Amino acid sequence: MTTMTTMTGTTAHDALPPARISLRRTVRHSLTLAWRNIAQLRHSPEKLIDVTLMPLVFLVLFLYVFGGAVAGSTHAYLQQLLPGLVAQMAMFATMGLGTALSEDIRKGVFDRFRSLPIARSAPLIGTVVGDTVRFLTVVVVLSVAGTALGFRFGSDPLRVLAGFALAYVFYLAFSWISVMVGLIAPSPETVQGLAFMFVMPLTFGSSVFVANTSTMPGWLETWTKMNPVSHLTDALRALLVGGPVGNHVWITLAWAVGIVTVTFPIAMRMYARRA
Amino acid sequence: MSQVIRAEGLRKRFGETRALDGVDLAVEEGTVLGVLGPNGAGKTTAVRVLATLAKPDEGRAEICGYDVMRDATRVRALIGLTGQYASLDEELTGRENLVMIGRLLDLPRAEARARAAGLLERFRLSDAAGRAVKTYSGGMRRRLDIAASMINRPRVVFLDEPTTGLDPRARGEVWDTVREMALDGATVLLTTQYLEEADALADRIAVFDHGRVIEDGTPAELKARAGRQTLVVRAAEVFRTEQLAAIVAELTGERPEVRLDAGLVTAPVTDPGVLRAVVQRLDEAGLVAAEVALRLPSLDEVFLSLTGHAADAAGSAAEEQLEGSVR
Ligand SMILES: Nc1ncnc2c1ncn2[C@@H]1O[C@H](COP(=O)(O)OP(=O)(O)OP(=O)(O)O)[C@@H](O)[C@H]1O
Ligand SMILES: [Mg+2]
Repeated sequence: MTTMTTMTGTTAHDALPPARISLRRTVRHSLTLAWRNIAQLRHSPEKLIDVTLMPLVFLVLFLYVFGGAVAGSTHAYLQQLLPGLVAQMAMFATMGLGTALSEDIRKGVFDRFRSLPIARSAPLIGTVVGDTVRFLTVVVVLSVAGTALGFRFGSDPLRVLAGFALAYVFYLAFSWISVMVGLIAPSPETVQGLAFMFVMPLTFGSSVFVANTSTMPGWLETWTKMNPVSHLTDALRALLVGGPVGNHVWITLAWAVGIVTVTFPIAMRMYARRA
Repeated sequence: MSQVIRAEGLRKRFGETRALDGVDLAVEEGTVLGVLGPNGAGKTTAVRVLATLAKPDEGRAEICGYDVMRDATRVRALIGLTGQYASLDEELTGRENLVMIGRLLDLPRAEARARAAGLLERFRLSDAAGRAVKTYSGGMRRRLDIAASMINRPRVVFLDEPTTGLDPRARGEVWDTVREMALDGATVLLTTQYLEEADALADRIAVFDHGRVIEDGTPAELKARAGRQTLVVRAAEVFRTEQLAAIVAELTGERPEVRLDAGLVTAPVTDPGVLRAVVQRLDEAGLVAAEVALRLPSLDEVFLSLTGHAADAAGSAAEEQLEGSVR
């Protein structure tokens, strides 16, 4: 025992990791930290209640309140609404992220991570990736409930899959807005309010609920046409139901890249400043 | 012997507060440094700077020769940190917390599990290992937090007030752990508000006040400088208290304080050798003592004699609150 201790004592310097952390190790650390989120969910599955109930409530409410008025029949409206709700609910699902991060920082969990020889970004990336479960919940709930209410997916399963993949990419990018908000907000309680400022105009001022935006006032229509959530919605309508995709997929992807390019460095800077 | 913790001229301000105001530290390999100071003295800030969690405004610090700012990653591989506030994932179980940290330290899965199991055993947490940390008592959390900082078998360990809020038994266990770490060859820096604790564990003590090291030395030197200890003798037979008081008065040359109802006699002493003389005289007089002890000065008394002012209790209560709201 004593000799072992001495040995590790003398070899510690050789065993030191290099001064910089390789990308491979960062990926592995991020996955370990993503596992942490999933383990948390396993212990308290009730954390998924918002991403389970909210899509259901929105689906039923909007379908029966607006269906007849907007599209003439609830059935016709469902085909428009469901892809839009996938986009909107994915955005909503990212909002828990900021609150969770803010809590983690307050409780000191991130101090532990920051005292370990891992990349600064690993805890943030891990949290974002771990939240994939929430996205999947939204997709499954909406698909199952939508189908039960009469929604019909297009005939090409690959296109449907591509649609969900696109939504996931945008979801990941949008998550960084939530991360940024979680790090900027002074306390977990304020995160939700700040996040709503991003999520509400983006998801309601879009083509999520109305495919035809020409009845809107000019300024709103301009905003709606620019809004990445509209492009994601239009791409999803084409991919999940059918019809021409246009360049909505590319515009959505470009927005995703743009959002990450702007928010990731800000989030990392805020993270370094906090604590 | 080499100095594994070195700090020179560390300064850090928070607004108007000078949390660190020129701190120098040097800790020899394999020794325990006790950082002693009242609330708001800058202990936590110093630990956070040394453990790479906070950047100093001025000054520099090295762990095993690596600069805490330029070589932070290497420093992090060498240290273990148990902060003042628990840094565990409350939702995960004790075992999951430790395994996760092992994996983040690049241990293979089996090795991470094995080390986690070993530490859980050592800290008597095996029974609770499968429970979420939020169900743990304060002492259990502390122990798990210390275990978490030992997974990488650190060469340098920082423990920020490891025993605050623990019951005597848990405190004793933490003390044993610190002694074991030192025996294993680790260098330990621990902060505390109790002179008794620093005296029991530390090879050297640095006394912090207002972000400065105002005194530095071995526990013996410090106690000598900090002034007098208190002799406490309690008579087994209360009716003989006055006879006891007379003996104490004669040996210490001081007028003792006497509590007749409890049979308690206390007097300030400068020479610890008086203890033996007292025991001998009691023996000769056929007096049975229920308790004979030398009590160390409290932190307040130490401060009073070292700085001429008492540890600023009112101010630090306010700071404590502030800290609570910030975190
Ligand atoms: N993040 C912060 N923001 C503002 N002030 C701070 C911050 N951290 C510490 N301080 C201030 O710096 C001073 C030193 O604080 P520090 O936490 O280092 O003291 P301490 O010796 O650890 O006290 P305690 O015994 O209460 O833990 C205090 O006045 C405190 O209010
Ligand atoms: Mg402190």
